[in-house]
Amino acid sequence: MFPYLALAAILFSVGLFGVLTRRNVIGILMSLELMFNSANINFVAFNRFVATDGLIGQMFAIFIVVVAAAEAVVGLAIVLLIYRNWRGIGTDNIHVMKW
Amino acid sequence: MEVPEAGVVFWILSVVIIVSGMLVVSLKNIFHCALALVVCLFAVAGIYLLLEAEFLAAAQVLIYVGAVAILIIFAVMLTSDLAGGKITQTNENATIAFVACVMFAAGAMFLIKKTRVWDISPSGLSFDNVSAIGKYLMTEFMLPFEVVSVLLLAALIGAVVLARKERS
Repeated sequence: MFPYLALAAILFSVGLFGVLTRRNVIGILMSLELMFNSANINFVAFNRFVATDGLIGQMFAIFIVVVAAAEAVVGLAIVLLIYRNWRGIGTDNIHVMKW
Repeated sequence: MEVPEAGVVFWILSVVIIVSGMLVVSLKNIFHCALALVVCLFAVAGIYLLLEAEFLAAAQVLIYVGAVAILIIFAVMLTSDLAGGKITQTNENATIAFVACVMFAAGAMFLIKKTRVWDISPSGLSFDNVSAIGKYLMTEFMLPFEVVSVLLLAALIGAVVLARKERS
């Protein structure tokens, strides 16, 4: 099971790096998708190797996929709104709520 | 305790996942990032197939590759001029964020390696994936299933309300 968990950990930290460093809001959203996927790999791997008497892990992963889809929809709508108001989606432009 | 698990297919898929994931977070052109994300999500679907989660692999391809990635590509095309890929896409915290993420990955892998309490069952999953998931959705996970459909409806309406043009 270790290779799967290690893969998920590496993918999560790659996504974390993207979230921390991207200047573009859409880039941050894409990195978030990477992190969701690593969590899903963990759930499915545990389901396959440890808790084999049910499919609870896969059910959890399915619900995560659905919630991630809803999050992406609303997030991208907000991105469009930001673009319309500020003519740009860099995180440096969006500082009206900063102080 | 180790089940024979990680064949050559797993290594190919994980190399594809990690390389395309790094491309997602590091490419200058945001449109190329979205394409790399599609590759990454496809490879994750392959990992699900290896883990005997056939329904989840199909759902991954349908929902992530078919819907979410296309949606992201739409948003990229609507919001940024693709010719302007010259601007730097990372902020000034890149170095320290890289160090922090490497340390996070190393710490997580150390913890995974140290933990030996999971008793790995020797046999795989022993039921028909799709029908079992259908049974779960109609019995044990009935309430979350309904709640998540309400959530999808709310997200749909919210997206329409947010992205609609203001009447002025």
